[in-house]
Amino acid sequence: MEILLAAAIGLLTAGGIYLILRLRTFPVILGLSLLSYACNLFIFAAGRLAPGLVPIIHKGSAGYTDPLPQALVLTAIVISFGMTAVLVMLAIGAHLGGGDDKVDLNE
Amino acid sequence: MMGNLIILPVVLPAVLAGLTVLLARDNLRLQRVIGCVGMLVFAALALWLLLHSNAPQAYRLGNWPAPFGIVLMLDRLSALMLALLGAVALPVLAYAIATGWDARGRHFHALFLFQLMGLSGAFLTADAFNLFVFFEVLLIASYGLMVHGGGDARLRAGLHYVVTNLVGSTLFLFALATIYGVTGTLNMADLAQKWPLLPPGDQALARVAAGLLLLVFAVKGALVPLQFWLPGTYANAPGPVAALFAIMTKVGAYATLRLGTLVFDQGPTAGMWASLLWPAALLTLALGAFGALGARGLSRLVAFTAIGSMGTVFLALSAGTVQATTAGLYYMIHSTLAGAALFLIADLVLSRRGNHRLEDTRPIAQSGLIAALFMAAAIAMAGVPPLSGFLGKLLVLNALPFVLGWATILIASFLTLLALARAGSALFWKGSGQPPAPHPTQPMTLAATGTLLAGLVALTLFAGPLTTWLSETAQDLHAPAAYVAATALQGGN
Repeated sequence: MEILLAAAIGLLTAGGIYLILRLRTFPVILGLSLLSYACNLFIFAAGRLAPGLVPIIHKGSAGYTDPLPQALVLTAIVISFGMTAVLVMLAIGAHLGGGDDKVDLNE
Repeated sequence: MMGNLIILPVVLPAVLAGLTVLLARDNLRLQRVIGCVGMLVFAALALWLLLHSNAPQAYRLGNWPAPFGIVLMLDRLSALMLALLGAVALPVLAYAIATGWDARGRHFHALFLFQLMGLSGAFLTADAFNLFVFFEVLLIASYGLMVHGGGDARLRAGLHYVVTNLVGSTLFLFALATIYGVTGTLNMADLAQKWPLLPPGDQALARVAAGLLLLVFAVKGALVPLQFWLPGTYANAPGPVAALFAIMTKVGAYATLRLGTLVFDQGPTAGMWASLLWPAALLTLALGAFGALGARGLSRLVAFTAIGSMGTVFLALSAGTVQATTAGLYYMIHSTLAGAALFLIADLVLSRRGNHRLEDTRPIAQSGLIAALFMAAAIAMAGVPPLSGFLGKLLVLNALPFVLGWATILIASFLTLLALARAGSALFWKGSGQPPAPHPTQPMTLAATGTLLAGLVALTLFAGPLTTWLSETAQDLHAPAAYVAATALQGGN
C-alpha cells in the first residue's frame, strides 16, 4: 500500500515536471494537472494511511483516520480545479491572439 | 467589539466585490462608487487597527478554540502591512479611475476588491493552510487584474505569471502536507511550540518542508533565482495594476518574516532560512541593478529596481536581529511606496507616448511635471539623500555586520542611480524639437502619484518615531511569546 502510493506520487510528479518544461501551453497545463494530482495524494497520505477506518471518533469502530487532510485535499482540489480553468481560458486567449500556443515570450 | 473588527478587512472587500459583480455588472459608475467607498472604509479601518495593535489579539472563526479552528491574529506587523496596503491601494485606485484604466475591461473593481481581500487575509491569518488559501485568493484576483484590458503580449505574459505561481502553489501544498505530517498541526502558534520538540527521525522531513516553504516565499518575493517571472509580468501589466503589485512581492517578505521568526528559526531548522536567504538576497540586489542598467523600456527598468529593493529587504531580514529587522521593515515600507510611484509614472509616460522604449525621444505633454515626479521617485528608489531611501539603506547598512553586504548594497545603489538617471535624461531631456502630442492633464493622476511621494516624505520626516515603533514590532517578532499566548491553545499538547 505504502509503496503503491509512493510510486504513484513519484510517477505523477515526474511526469508533471517533464510536461511543465515543454514549450507549448497544452502540455504545460497537463503537467500542472498531474502535479496537482500528485500533491492531492501526498496531502492525503500526510494523515497516515489507515484503510477501512472512519474519519470520526466512534465507539463502535476500531480506530479513526485523521479527517483534517481530507478537508485539506478537498480545498486543494477545488482551488486547483478553478486555477486550471483560468489557465485554460488564458491559454486559449493567447493562442487565438498570437496565432500559436508557444510558451516563450518575445521582448 | 474590537475583536470582531479584526475580520472586517477580509469580509468587507469580499462582500463589496460580490455586490459589484451582482448589482453593477454593466454600470461602471456604480462600480466606481462601490470601489471608492469600499477603499476609503478599508483604509480607515486599517488605520484604526494600526492604532489598536499594540498587543496581539486573536479572532476565532466560529469561536472554535485554537488549534482546532482557524484563528486570525492582529499584531503590530499585520496591522502595519494592512495600513501599507491601504496607503498604496487608495492612490492606485484613484489613478485607475482617473485614467479610465478601469473601463478597459468589465470587472476591474470586483477584482481589485478581491485582491484587497486576499492580501488582508494573508496578512491577518495565523494558520498556515489558511495562508495558502488567501495566497490563492490574491493570486486568482491578480491573474484577472494582470490581463485586464487584454492584448496579445499581456495575455502571454499573464500565462507565464499564472504557470509560475501554480507551480509555486503546488510546492506550498507539498510543504504544508509535510509539516502537517510531522507535527500534526498547521496553526502557527501551535507549530511554534511543537517545532523544537520534533523527534530526531522527523527532523530531516522538517528541514525539507522548511526549504520548500522558503522556495514558495522566494517565488512570491522575487528572490534570485526565482525572480524570472517578475520583469515580464510587471512590465506587461496595466500601470495601476503593476503599482498595486508593488505590495505583492512584500507578501513573500511578510510570510518569510512571520514564519521565520515564529516557527522556523528554532529546533531542527535554526538558522537554516537565514543561511539560504543572505546569498540569494545579495544576488537579487546585483541582478536588480544590472537588469535596471540593461533595461530598454521604462517599465522593465522599474521592475528590475523592484527586484533590487526586495534584495535589500531580504538581506536585512536574513540577519535575524531586532535592529536589522527594524531596518528591513522601514525599507519595505519605503520600497513599496517608491515602487508603486515609479510604476504609476511609467504609466503616465506610456499613456502620453504609446511605448516604453528609452531610445524614443519624442517629447511628451506635461513633461515638466512628470519629470519632477520621476526625479523625486528615482531619488527615493536609488537611495540618494534627502528622501527615505537613503535613510532606509543607512539603517540596513548600520544593522549589517559584514563587508560583502555593504559593498553589494552600495555598488547596487550606484548602478540603480545610473540606470534611473540615464532613463530620466533620455525620457525628459532629449526632446527632439517636435511639439508633443496633446494629452489631457488629468490632475487626479498626478495627484495620486504625488500622494505616494508625499508618503515617502512623511516616512522621512517621521523616521524617528516610526523606527521606534518598528523596533518594538521587531522585538515582538523575535520574542513571540505574546503571540503564542494570544492564540490560547487548547487541548493536550
